[in-house]
Amino acid sequence: MEYILILIAAVFVNNIVLSQFLGICPFLGVSNKVSTSIGMSGAVLFVMTIATSVTYLLHEYILVPTGLNYLRTITFILVIAALVQMVEIILKKVSPPLYQALGVFLPLITTNCAVLGVAILALGLENSTLVKAVFFAISNSIGFALALIVFASIREQLELADIPEGMKGVPINLLVAGLLSLAFLGFTALV
Amino acid sequence: MAEKLTQKQNFLKGIIKDNPVFVMLLGMCPTLGVTSSAFNGLGMGIATLFVLLMSNMVVSLIKSQIPSKVRIPAFIIIIASFVTIVEMVLEAYIPFLFEQLGIFIPLIVVNCLILGRAEAFASKNNLMSSIIDALGMGIGFTIALTALGAVREILGSGSIFDWRFVLEDANTMLLFILPPGAFIALAYLSVVFNKISKTN
Repeated sequence: MEYILILIAAVFVNNIVLSQFLGICPFLGVSNKVSTSIGMSGAVLFVMTIATSVTYLLHEYILVPTGLNYLRTITFILVIAALVQMVEIILKKVSPPLYQALGVFLPLITTNCAVLGVAILALGLENSTLVKAVFFAISNSIGFALALIVFASIREQLELADIPEGMKGVPINLLVAGLLSLAFLGFTALV
Repeated sequence: MAEKLTQKQNFLKGIIKDNPVFVMLLGMCPTLGVTSSAFNGLGMGIATLFVLLMSNMVVSLIKSQIPSKVRIPAFIIIIASFVTIVEMVLEAYIPFLFEQLGIFIPLIVVNCLILGRAEAFASKNNLMSSIIDALGMGIGFTIALTALGAVREILGSGSIFDWRFVLEDANTMLLFILPPGAFIALAYLSVVFNKISKTN
């Protein structure tokens, strides 16, 4: 039951993109086609899950016992950057098709604040365990995927629309994101 | 290209022509996430300005020592060190702001504006130009965040910098304090900004 609540909260109620504003750069940047947004979501799911499990263990068994808590930000970002590189190298060798699909997005993920954000937020969960932290990361990446894919499908339709001159480009995309976020606000009382 | 710019143009480009928020769309997460009031926007802007200034300085000073293959991780470590300093100083001296900005303080590390300036500018230019570049970009970012925060605060809670100018029981447009309001306010602000920067 607790896990179902985490899932619903992360996907609908506190959607990572639309209500917590993490990962806005890829959300606005790679959302012009549904196919690329699916690739990006896959890459985020992959990296976020691995990164959160590694950073959680690191925090729990190294940083806290040694009292080096203040090094959290530095170690986490280094671990994530190294991990992204490693995932890239391993994928290239082990699964070329998957690398073909996700490859372009991997370097972008280092500066995706959703990954670092979830790694930090996962530490603040109630009675957190490794399993819970990993589940939290997976739920959040599903939320990221949902927001990104829905947004990309709307943007594909927008290309056919007649938009006022001043609204073209960035403003209309932000407005669409705003309306999408408004729709997600309707889930507020769910949990 | 950079040599052709005078120092004044170098400073001004960050505020108008290449404004990080309205034109380059960098650092959108804190822009949208913390601007529920003008004060928060200003605080975030100044914290980012500090990290940007220090990291640009350090990067431009040691750029010849960093092997180009590991430059990105090196930049990230430099940035993360300054972010940790900001985090500790805010927690100690301005706990109120520390609470308000929350997770977005450690996330200054992944603000693409800072890494972007280190990579695109400071690693190629001398100390003086890098400082001016950082000041211009940082002030442009601060202005954008404060403006967005002010618009949201005025519409959403009928106050500005916590000074309330409507009656206690007045209805305000709560939407602008909530997440959707951030997107909508920024959309219209960037329309206005584009209009102004085009006419100039």
